[in-house]
Amino acid sequence: MNAIVTRKLMLFFPKCECEKPIIYELVKHYNLVVNVFRAKVTPEEEGYLVLDVTGTEEDIERALAYVKTFRVSVNFTGKGVTWDKDRCTHCTQCVAHCPTHALHIPDRKTMQVVFDEEECIECLGCVRVCPYGVCASAF
Amino acid sequence: MKTYQEINAKIESGQAVVMTAEEVIDYVDRKGLEPAAAEIDVVTTATFGPMCSSGCVLNFGHSTPRIRMSEAWINDVPVYGGLAAVDVFLGATQLRHNDPANMYHPGEFRYGGGHVMEDLVAGRELQLFALSYGTDEYPRREIRTYFTIDDLNQAIMVNPRNCYQNYNVAINCGEKKIYTYLGQLEPRLKNATYCSAGQLSPLLNDPLYETIGIGSSVWLAGAHGHVYAEGTQHAGLCARGANDVPLGGAGTLALTGDMKQMRPEFVRGVSLIGYGVSLALGIGVPLPILNPTVLKRACVRDRDIQAPVVDYSHDYANNTGRVLRMVSYEELKSGRIEVEGRNVEVASLSSYRKAREIAEILAAEIRDGTFRLSEPHAPLPRNTAMKPLRIREKSP
Repeated sequence: MNAIVTRKLMLFFPKCECEKPIIYELVKHYNLVVNVFRAKVTPEEEGYLVLDVTGTEEDIERALAYVKTFRVSVNFTGKGVTWDKDRCTHCTQCVAHCPTHALHIPDRKTMQVVFDEEECIECLGCVRVCPYGVCASAF
Repeated sequence: MKTYQEINAKIESGQAVVMTAEEVIDYVDRKGLEPAAAEIDVVTTATFGPMCSSGCVLNFGHSTPRIRMSEAWINDVPVYGGLAAVDVFLGATQLRHNDPANMYHPGEFRYGGGHVMEDLVAGRELQLFALSYGTDEYPRREIRTYFTIDDLNQAIMVNPRNCYQNYNVAINCGEKKIYTYLGQLEPRLKNATYCSAGQLSPLLNDPLYETIGIGSSVWLAGAHGHVYAEGTQHAGLCARGANDVPLGGAGTLALTGDMKQMRPEFVRGVSLIGYGVSLALGIGVPLPILNPTVLKRACVRDRDIQAPVVDYSHDYANNTGRVLRMVSYEELKSGRIEVEGRNVEVASLSSYRKAREIAEILAAEIRDGTFRLSEPHAPLPRNTAMKPLRIREKSP
């Protein structure tokens, strides 16, 4: 009961919501362990925050309900870094620049690249080196 | 022993036995060379990767009133207008007008000649802007219009150098990150890049140019094209291994084909951070199995092909010729190699996955009779080496 889980989230902040200490609240009142991968939250501009939260399902759910009261939208699937499977040529150039092996080659006979979204820490290394613009950042 | 005529007759009747250069390796192991050579008619080879020395000739047709384009841009990428009135040549590595290049290092090079070629083949709309000095019969001095490949009279790819027989493996022995045409190389031998389809690559399966020659038919990004000349920097005279496979660059092919027949997934604009733009192309070359020797060469494996590991922070730039070590494509494809006592992560710029796909597509086209082989009318030279550019004083 009340098992501890980790969720990767991308929060989108509409204009003007950045003066609220949301992360502080997640830690202080919802008992979550927060690991921020990447954030761009600037006053008067839209903002993004990609993070892992660790806690009980119940605490995470309560926290998300709290976050949503600020019109912050929570995205569980579309993360800050995307890989366009259909445009990837599988050259493998990204693989040597991916520190967590989120981009990797499971079968060296076919040399096909796959992207394991859960492993991505959004270092943006792939975005810089992909010759085909296949890896992109949402912000 | 078979002839081109016999092989083409079998293709025509839908009876040709065709295998990819990957499939054929194990098959010949099982069957034996002589029986397999009697049975197999064609082995397909392929490659997909950046090939900078590529370009195309476009003919726009004539506007009213007419213009003799002397300077022209397509989607702001300059094209060469020193041809007839409405013919232009577009080069794959041409930067877009006003691209800051490496002024803010490393430059991103998001759009250039290779991307225009991709857009053309994908059927996207492009902008033409051209200027002229005006003549009596070509009075128009400026034109701005939009077009797709369907509006052009001709769009012919003319590539002075494709399909490098073998290539360097790039590494960085220096203390700071470098940006090269073989990708971003981290300092102190952290990563290495190679660029070849290895055992599937056309000229590695025909190391002495016994079947691929001037006039050979090739599958150029989906179009049925040809080898029109030896490629630039072709150097048949080179160091070779015991199996005659070159231990470095060596042979190249000059290819041409109709862009209107090409498939967009095999014509892709390339942006190399800190380096520039280029074009990645998918190419397939069928090898006629005329005799057991041709088949034996087509059975070359990744482990029997060696490439030189070269330091791009110093040795390549200064043309020193130093090679850190030779390494096989089998080792390269494993993802890690050892260089100077370091365990180095390896990646490619050439897509083996796409090369396999192309070898299969070409095999299928030959099996169903839509792709024929053509006999070369001249061989590629084996006795020429690559000359350096000497910096010298004007002759007296």
